Amino acid sequence: MPTMTFREALLDAMHIEMQRDPHVFLMGEEVAEYDGAYKVSKGLYKQFGSMRVVDTPISEAGFAGVGVGAAMAGLRPIIEMMTWNFGIQGFDQIINHAAKMRYMSGGQFDMPLVFRGPNGAAHMLSSQHSQYVEAMLVNIAGLKVVCPSNPADGKGLLASSIRDNNCVIFLESEMMYSHTGDVPKGEYLVPLAKGVIRQQGQDVTLVSWGKALWKVMGYLSDIEKQLGISVEVIDPRTLQPLDIELIANSVRKTHRLVVVEEGWGFASVGSEIAAHITQLCFDDLDAPPFRVSSSFVPMPYAENLEHEVMPQKEDVLGAIKHISYL
Amino acid sequence: MTAKKTTKTKTSAHKPASTQSSSSVGSSTKNSKHSAELWISMLKEMIFYRRFEERVLAAYTQQKFSGFCHLHIGQEGLCVGLQRALDAKDYMISGYRSHTQAIAKGIAPLAVFSELFGKASGCSGGKGGSMHMFSKDKRFYGGHGIVGGQAPIAVGMGWKIRYSKEQHVVVCYLGDAAMNQGQVFEAMNMAAVWQLPVLFVIENNLYGMGTHIGRTTTIGATQQYKRALAFDMDHSQVNGQDVLTVYDHMSKTIKRVRKGVPHLVEALTYRYKGHSVSDPSLYRSKEEVNSYKDDHDPIKTLAKRLQNDGITDEDSIRAWDKEIKAELKSIEAQADKAAPPDKALAYHHVYSQ
Repeated sequence: MPTMTFREALLDAMHIEMQRDPHVFLMGEEVAEYDGAYKVSKGLYKQFGSMRVVDTPISEAGFAGVGVGAAMAGLRPIIEMMTWNFGIQGFDQIINHAAKMRYMSGGQFDMPLVFRGPNGAAHMLSSQHSQYVEAMLVNIAGLKVVCPSNPADGKGLLASSIRDNNCVIFLESEMMYSHTGDVPKGEYLVPLAKGVIRQQGQDVTLVSWGKALWKVMGYLSDIEKQLGISVEVIDPRTLQPLDIELIANSVRKTHRLVVVEEGWGFASVGSEIAAHITQLCFDDLDAPPFRVSSSFVPMPYAENLEHEVMPQKEDVLGAIKHISYL
Repeated sequence: MTAKKTTKTKTSAHKPASTQSSSSVGSSTKNSKHSAELWISMLKEMIFYRRFEERVLAAYTQQKFSGFCHLHIGQEGLCVGLQRALDAKDYMISGYRSHTQAIAKGIAPLAVFSELFGKASGCSGGKGGSMHMFSKDKRFYGGHGIVGGQAPIAVGMGWKIRYSKEQHVVVCYLGDAAMNQGQVFEAMNMAAVWQLPVLFVIENNLYGMGTHIGRTTTIGATQQYKRALAFDMDHSQVNGQDVLTVYDHMSKTIKRVRKGVPHLVEALTYRYKGHSVSDPSLYRSKEEVNSYKDDHDPIKTLAKRLQNDGITDEDSIRAWDKEIKAELKSIEAQADKAAPPDKALAYHHVYSQ
């Protein structure tokens, strides 16, 4: 299995899907001649030309809508948001149009449309470039929300998203583009709406996704060693629809739940998971579900402040200790 | 870069309401290349839409349905004249004042009425309502409820036409107030940059809900076509109350759009009813409304002309009107009797399976 960066894995998925289906095209700011602001589309313009790899004006609301119209008319657009902070300009098209078109037309229109781009904080980008959008978008009926945590899933989930007949919000991360991992060659699909157990464990269920999960996996063995407990790690991969049964089954075994998310915790994906698990597994729980998330302030710039408000190793350690009554 | 030729065709100046003159002389049927049958069918179609919307209003008043309901009464000339200039495979998308545009595009009047009544046999399965008429088959891509939101979607369809090397055009209906929405400007810019076959049609009925368009723009209430100047885009203005003029103008314009030249046309028109059925129109005078009804009514204008030219007479028109009313009565009764959607359908169509 070749080793690829997250960036290369996403490119591989788009490349393969564009080769196998002439209806697939990529549109966004700097995706063509510039090869992508983060080089995710590197080489595609050269290979596929200007009808299939399309540079747009800086008009996120506008080209989000172009994606909606092209999808309604039978194409399969991939719309790159240079970052999801800018993608918020396109929320009218995503929320009011893409998400609702099938429903309010009585099922007449498929919406085979992917909006993809980096989500959340990178490093010292301050408030307007650090927004996490998953909590907002999982609240919209009609959308699927996907958030891979590693290169192989990045490839397989993106390919599945492109083949899906619904509008998929695909959340990447600037910090992850250079992460490496083994990635299957050729056509590779990871099913949407299916989570995965990243690590088997007995004492605590920890749920996380995207970059937050990747960070947790980096220090979790230290925590386990320090506390002498074993943690089962679940990566839902798709946040809407959410594979809550996978989480519930794990909690029925471990009796404890920690959710780690980098976004803000108020009315968040973490709070949704905690609420579901409280309802589904109330009698199984030995402690209230515990959520770790960013402090409820806009993202600061200074390195020490950014570090302060985002979840760190010691926060996760504290959470696991707390619900284990250690 | 080759220089792009821009055209601006002012076919009839419709003055702002305050200075409205009573003369409304459109093109004559005499010396026209069109047949008498065409004029008569246009007249009948406009009468049908007028009576349709009146019937809708009556049904609403009788509380047969609810929700927001925006009527198109007074604006029939544009709807009919433009539709006649299109091919069946052309795409159309519109805002929320679009019952009759949906019918003109080919959706059965019964399917529209049933949709208003929230019935399973409605053109959106009873899940859209007044603002969301859809037919994939007839290429009516909706009735949309967010002012201007349909404009970028129209550009996406234009992109599909170009992508698949089709010969179709996209008609994007917009209200005058949509011309103050950023998305509309982004859409027009992209249509111009990529030279897509999109006809943006401003139905300038002078009011965005209760606000006169002159209060929200500095370019002149009846000069909205000037918005195209920002994109060096072809543009024109047409008297939307004169169906013959609309038809001829749109036929000519669409030929060019079909070649991949986007165009912004401003049609001057007027709505007789409020913004929605619950709006008592306190922001405008009775005199203003009556001046349009008396002197610029698209149905009266054509009827008078056809009578003057000896193509038809008052008795025939009255007889057609009677037939249309009877037909609509039957349509409403059928829509009334139709079954509502099964409860299970509330959970269908969220995702494609």
